Amino acid sequence: MKPFTYERAESPAAAAGAAMRHPGAKFVAGGTNLLDLMKLEIEEPMHLIDVNGLQLDKIEPTPEGGLRIGALVRNTDLAADERVRRDYGVLSRALVAGASGQLRNMATTAGNLLQRTRCPYFYDTNQPCNKRLPGSGCSAVDGASRQLAIIGVSEACIATHPSDMAVALRVLDASVETILPDGTTRTIPIADFHRLPGDTPHLETVLQPGELITAVTLPKPLGGTHIYHKVRDRASYAFALVSIAAVIQRDGSGRVAVGGVAHKPWRVEAAEAELPRGAKAVTERLLADAKPTKDNAFKVKLVERVLGAVLAEAKGA
Amino acid sequence: MAAAAMRSDVHAQTETAPAAVNPVTAPSLAKVSLKVNGKACDLELDTRTTLLDALREHLHLTGSKKGCDQGQCGACTVMVNGRRINSCLTLAVMQQGSEVTTIEGLGTPENMHPMQEAFVKCDGYQCGYCTSGQICSAVAVLGEIKEGIPSHVTEDLMKPPSWDSSEIRERMSGNLCRCGAYSNIMEAITQVAGGRA
Amino acid sequence: MKFETPATTNPIDQLKVVGQPLDRVDGPLKTTGKAPYAYEQHEAAPNPAYGYVVGAAIGKGRISSMDLGQAKAAPGVLAIITAENAGKLDKGDHNTAKLLGGPEIQHYHQAIAVVVAETFEQARSAAQLVRVKYEAAKGSFDLASVKDSGKKPKEGFGGPPETAVGDFDKAFAAAPVQLDATYTTPDQSHAMIEPHATIAAWEGDKLTIWTSNQMVGWGVGDMAKTLGIQKENVRLISPFIGGGFGGKLFLRADALLAALGARAVKRPVKIALQRALMINNTTHRPATIQRIRLGATKDGQLSAIAHESWSGDLPGGEPETAVSQTRLLYAGANRLTAMRLAELDLPEGNAMRAPGEAPGMMALEIAVDEMAEKLGMDPVEFRILNDTQVDPEKPERPFSQRRLIECLRTGAEKFGWDKRNAKPGQTREGRWLMGMGVAAALRNNLVMKSAARVKLDKSGHITVETDMTDIGTGSYTVIAQTAAETLGVSLDKVTVRLGDSTFPVSCGSGGQWGGNSSSSGVYAACMKLRAAITLKTGLSATEAIFADGKVSAGGRSVSLAEAAGDKGLEVEDTMEYGDLDKKFQQSTFGAHYVEVAVDSFTGETRVRRMLAVCAAGRILNPKTARSQVIGAMTMGVGAALMEELKVDKKRGFFVNHDLASYEVPVHADIPHQEVIFLDETDPISSPLKAKGVGELGICGVGAAVANAIYNATGVRVRDYPITLDKLIDQLPAVA
Repeated sequence: MKPFTYERAESPAAAAGAAMRHPGAKFVAGGTNLLDLMKLEIEEPMHLIDVNGLQLDKIEPTPEGGLRIGALVRNTDLAADERVRRDYGVLSRALVAGASGQLRNMATTAGNLLQRTRCPYFYDTNQPCNKRLPGSGCSAVDGASRQLAIIGVSEACIATHPSDMAVALRVLDASVETILPDGTTRTIPIADFHRLPGDTPHLETVLQPGELITAVTLPKPLGGTHIYHKVRDRASYAFALVSIAAVIQRDGSGRVAVGGVAHKPWRVEAAEAELPRGAKAVTERLLADAKPTKDNAFKVKLVERVLGAVLAEAKGA
Repeated sequence: MAAAAMRSDVHAQTETAPAAVNPVTAPSLAKVSLKVNGKACDLELDTRTTLLDALREHLHLTGSKKGCDQGQCGACTVMVNGRRINSCLTLAVMQQGSEVTTIEGLGTPENMHPMQEAFVKCDGYQCGYCTSGQICSAVAVLGEIKEGIPSHVTEDLMKPPSWDSSEIRERMSGNLCRCGAYSNIMEAITQVAGGRA
Repeated sequence: MKFETPATTNPIDQLKVVGQPLDRVDGPLKTTGKAPYAYEQHEAAPNPAYGYVVGAAIGKGRISSMDLGQAKAAPGVLAIITAENAGKLDKGDHNTAKLLGGPEIQHYHQAIAVVVAETFEQARSAAQLVRVKYEAAKGSFDLASVKDSGKKPKEGFGGPPETAVGDFDKAFAAAPVQLDATYTTPDQSHAMIEPHATIAAWEGDKLTIWTSNQMVGWGVGDMAKTLGIQKENVRLISPFIGGGFGGKLFLRADALLAALGARAVKRPVKIALQRALMINNTTHRPATIQRIRLGATKDGQLSAIAHESWSGDLPGGEPETAVSQTRLLYAGANRLTAMRLAELDLPEGNAMRAPGEAPGMMALEIAVDEMAEKLGMDPVEFRILNDTQVDPEKPERPFSQRRLIECLRTGAEKFGWDKRNAKPGQTREGRWLMGMGVAAALRNNLVMKSAARVKLDKSGHITVETDMTDIGTGSYTVIAQTAAETLGVSLDKVTVRLGDSTFPVSCGSGGQWGGNSSSSGVYAACMKLRAAITLKTGLSATEAIFADGKVSAGGRSVSLAEAAGDKGLEVEDTMEYGDLDKKFQQSTFGAHYVEVAVDSFTGETRVRRMLAVCAAGRILNPKTARSQVIGAMTMGVGAALMEELKVDKKRGFFVNHDLASYEVPVHADIPHQEVIFLDETDPISSPLKAKGVGELGICGVGAAVANAIYNATGVRVRDYPITLDKLIDQLPAVA
């Protein structure tokens, strides 16, 4: 870990201002991913802005009938919130499917969105990785890739996004609210928030340097049956091989997003029209352009079968 | 061919290490006050010091263990302001003013916490290295169930979580035990939960 | 004391303390965070500097240049030690690769430097500033592709490289029912929760290391040899060990580099291997490819058994002895076993819990299940039919005890084996496919020389000292029980001090010999103390009864406190063994029963129930022994379902080198586990009539899980771990 100076910000505007004054600064909230990466010097901020004191830890109703989740709401509290459990069950389920109780007590809503990949080559600083060191090459394409992406990949990168929460937010069409270093604010639809790797896998979101997430908003509840189905080798405390967030209505229509298969939560709205025709039909549309490796080709089949499980569960509900 | 490619890759990595940053920057020090097991502690630390290292290396409270230093084993679990966290993944300076409870704060060999007693009685440990984290987590888990926080195996999100073994197992899964004492740890927690539930 | 003839009645048989399910004596320390591990010696080694290890970035090759300039100039840095400036270093007898590499690199993450600084944060940061250029060489990293270049290894711990009895080829060809199948087990990591860690301090030419090491004697010897100093000048202290499983049998880089660092900076230096380095820097259980051929008569009698195993290791390394159990487990007149060892440039392979038998049984006990199915026989009955009471390769050599049949029968009854549907894929519970599996367990019982010192003080308190270690096995407790039983005192009158090389040399912790052998050493010393007490008190040695803190004979009683007198008494003895282990085959036996549920949609396997029945001689403490067995069963579940070091065959290293990506079982993976110990004593093993049990518990578990998955799904997977991707194509179609 490189030495860094440290300050506690008192307000979102102050935090954004501090970021402006300290190029290369990082915001820290839960720290569960950032500190790990700083120890390995994959992240090397010279200045750390602690945003834990920003009072962004409330969950409030929006005038549109949705919820506005403060950036600093801990994963535990978000999953346990009565309104989330009642109206956005898929989000609650996704949150508690991730990490461990300890980590969920630390991890924040904004930080969860900004998690970096768990590709082992990204973590091993001896190995080439375009995400960690642009232009150095991708070790994973011809390396161990069982966990990695099957769709939306590029020659430069086959990393996945590790978040469970983000998959649920994608299916719920959440929005991300931010403040920029100059004090202006903007709202980014979750669909646009994460990027595909392309030639620039080191750029993972559309956030600009020093831009701070202040909240995530959920549109008004969708009703229907909320399911988050996560598949992994061990029964808990593991990143997804494949996960599916789904909201299925009584008439069989619904929404589906997939985790563990791409650089971002994977959702193809057009594929959802196939839901009444079953898992196979949806998967064919959803993963039409899949380019798996030999190691992770099984994920294509797995998505179809997990979706089958989700639809069976929805039918039974 | 493979060897040649390897070589250039490694060169690229080592030679392009960030030159813009002065590598010999002096450490930055910061003052931090914590309340650890009820006792006020004032420290001046390198900002890079994790809460875990502050406890172990500066306060000599070595009950909290470093197993991975990456949030992947749970051996460093302590309670901060009443909630369990991985102390290896938070900086000490980020915990200014926090109340920290470690295994040493739960009980002593002469005056053990009921959970510590249950672990001894049920042989819920072997090598002992994950044990502090297991016990801190176990105490917190019972609180989390009581608070109604759902877990991955909670059947109905709108009903209070149950006290059955699948709930406890799921909630304890952030604490690895390579000796494999899980079945006995469950016995211990279930005994204590039985007395409280 | 020498143990040459089978044990007769002795003080241990009283079973007032031994054999009781007592709480661990070190329990209150371990559960309150007060047990000091290697890295936690603030009082003994104050003001330490911190070391951080730099690992090699290539799998094989050379360092072409190393630039320490920036690192040396970094704040707080006190010294950087590399092969270039470390002085002459030898290699320990138990090490295959050098612990400090360079310029030649033998494996990935081989230590090439240690940076010593005032603080941990400074050392870690400066280590990143060590600039290294490499010339990578082409290495051999893929067992399957180099398998056929494997050579016959020399005879080692696991017996001869080949054995043959009768005419296997002829018998196999003639057998009406045949099985010929190949199985693979992957490289696995010990993944103990405490990293390899050491504090080293020099006083003149004398070195003290507090380190996490299972074998104190080996550690002292290899440290002395590596540094070129006298063994007498090395003191190794290892009172608590946060898990070993074979991964801490040897001197490793943390200890050597701490010693070198402390010598350079003239103050104590502490080092814990960072987690990301542990897997490639230290040892692992090597992968195997195993071919098993079985021939049987139509009524299920095995007539031909062949087991061949291929594994790899660095030049000078040893094979994974995966065929050893096949030499002993089943009858059959025509037999063949063979091991081949190929050279690989992956990190060093070595012992992990039940080396040989653990991966060997994973293959053999699937093969037996497959054969039973071919024969249309119940797999329990098939095993019972082929039981043997003598070493099948040397029929003149009986087993000292062999109650495998009773283990299998008891287990079948307790587990409800009769409810199993022999036809696979038939039992459903909602979306889950349910199945049951069984496997036999065998692990040899080794007895090792072990010494102890016993002191009796004027208050009647006993102190036992031996360099034995407690790696979670319960050594502190069973040793205290042994001393209390032998000397007729209560447990609270005994203090046990372990893990210090100034104490008499013990057997150490490994190969499941620790509990029996170290306690036998303590028994020998306690018997010597009894003799000293009767001599001093003038009581008849043959009539003396030691009970309730007194020794009594001929109507006279003397308290031990009185017997000790002001100066106290102190004796030392060693338990040594004759040739009973040559005359008799000494093994431990068991049966594992497992029920699994396989998700019919996803192929995820979850274990629902587990039962082990063990016949392992006298159980010194049923509570700690049970823990050993459930722990081993848990590791067996990991081996069956998830554990695999993924080899990057191009770059030559284990890719998943942390605890998130090398998955081991978590709480949610492990159901309530049942263990039954058959009531047994084995007087041929030791005066305690005990054997080992800590490794028996893992032998066969993997296969029992695999067989249960087959029973649930009808899919036979012969390549471990059995992850969902190996099942998914053959599961029932989804609507």
